[in-house]
Amino acid sequence: MKLKTWFIFLAISSIGVLLALANSPKIFEYRLLENQQSEIYKSDDAYNKMMDVLTHQRCMNCHPNDNIPKQGNDRHPHYFGMARGEDNKGFQATNCNTCHNSENNKYSGVPGAPHWSLAPASMGWEGLSRAQIAERLLDKSTNGNRSHVELIKHMTEDDLVLWAWQPGVDAEGVQRTIPPVSKEDFKKAVEIWFANGAVIPTK
Amino acid sequence: MEISLIVNGVLKTVHIEDENTPLLWVIRDILDLKGTKFGCGKSACGACTLHVDDEAVRSCSYPVKFADGKRITTIEGLGDRENPHPVQQAWVEEIVPQCGYCQPGFMMATAALLKKVPKPTDEDIDKNIINVCRCGTYYRMRKAIHKAAEIQTEKDSNESNMV
Ligand code: FES
Ligand code: FES
Repeated sequence: MKLKTWFIFLAISSIGVLLALANSPKIFEYRLLENQQSEIYKSDDAYNKMMDVLTHQRCMNCHPNDNIPKQGNDRHPHYFGMARGEDNKGFQATNCNTCHNSENNKYSGVPGAPHWSLAPASMGWEGLSRAQIAERLLDKSTNGNRSHVELIKHMTEDDLVLWAWQPGVDAEGVQRTIPPVSKEDFKKAVEIWFANGAVIPTK
Repeated sequence: MEISLIVNGVLKTVHIEDENTPLLWVIRDILDLKGTKFGCGKSACGACTLHVDDEAVRSCSYPVKFADGKRITTIEGLGDRENPHPVQQAWVEEIVPQCGYCQPGFMMATAALLKKVPKPTDEDIDKNIINVCRCGTYYRMRKAIHKAAEIQTEKDSNESNMV
């Protein structure tokens, strides 16, 4: 009797399981092809390398969101009340070029590079997440109407951007820190990221 | 390196070993114009302010090589006793200086400001005149800057009436 009950129970359960399987959605396992996988990995890696640089103080100090340039590794507001002004270069008679030249000054410790200025207000990055920075970077309405090709050129060739790897000494004669990724690796990362479609990984 | 400068309207040629020598030292030590002062050497105080092609520049942080072929104006070239610049006249009238050390830099910064903004507001002054005065003559300076603007405007209208 006991055995018969078990048999009936098993039979009903099996029918239930079979019915459930028949009516549940089909789930296929999705696997990336090996080369696709490595490309995405590379691109993601490139994105992170690029962002390690863009979020470093050498870059971020001149991409403020409050119109006030920042200085130093602690990103303090630029001394003397300097601010963006109307053309991203300070005020009428006292502007970036009152002190900053087209190259670093090893005697005064004042940094310099060609067309020294703040990034436009639309390219303020301070306080944004990496994904938000990438969005601003890609958006033509905020990036100065630059195409991907123009962005690559700007990021890999512009002297002011590349200054980050030759920032000179500060007012105390101490070498400024440089981004955690080498200039060559940054350039490569930018190229790879754009070549793979400039995908923002968190999206 | 040989560098040619037009200093206060006069062409000067200097030979200098280090082309990155701050313009300040060429002006003071080679050309013997001691009106431009050294304060910090780090572009922080403004005592060394002079004009390069009419723009205010902190000469302690300006390599002389960049001044080659340019017009330099120092406090000595701004005006003189007989024919003072409106800024100098206003400074005298408002008795601005105390020890005086910072004053040439402030006057040069003010003269550059008036060229760009003939009637500066207090806000314009706050933004553009950011030199440092250890004696704290800022209050009198502000009055003198407004007065200099008035003198300048008056002078300009007299000159245009004469033409
Ligand atoms: S001495 Fe040049 S700014 Fe202080
Ligand atoms: S008057 Fe003395 S430092 Fe300005």
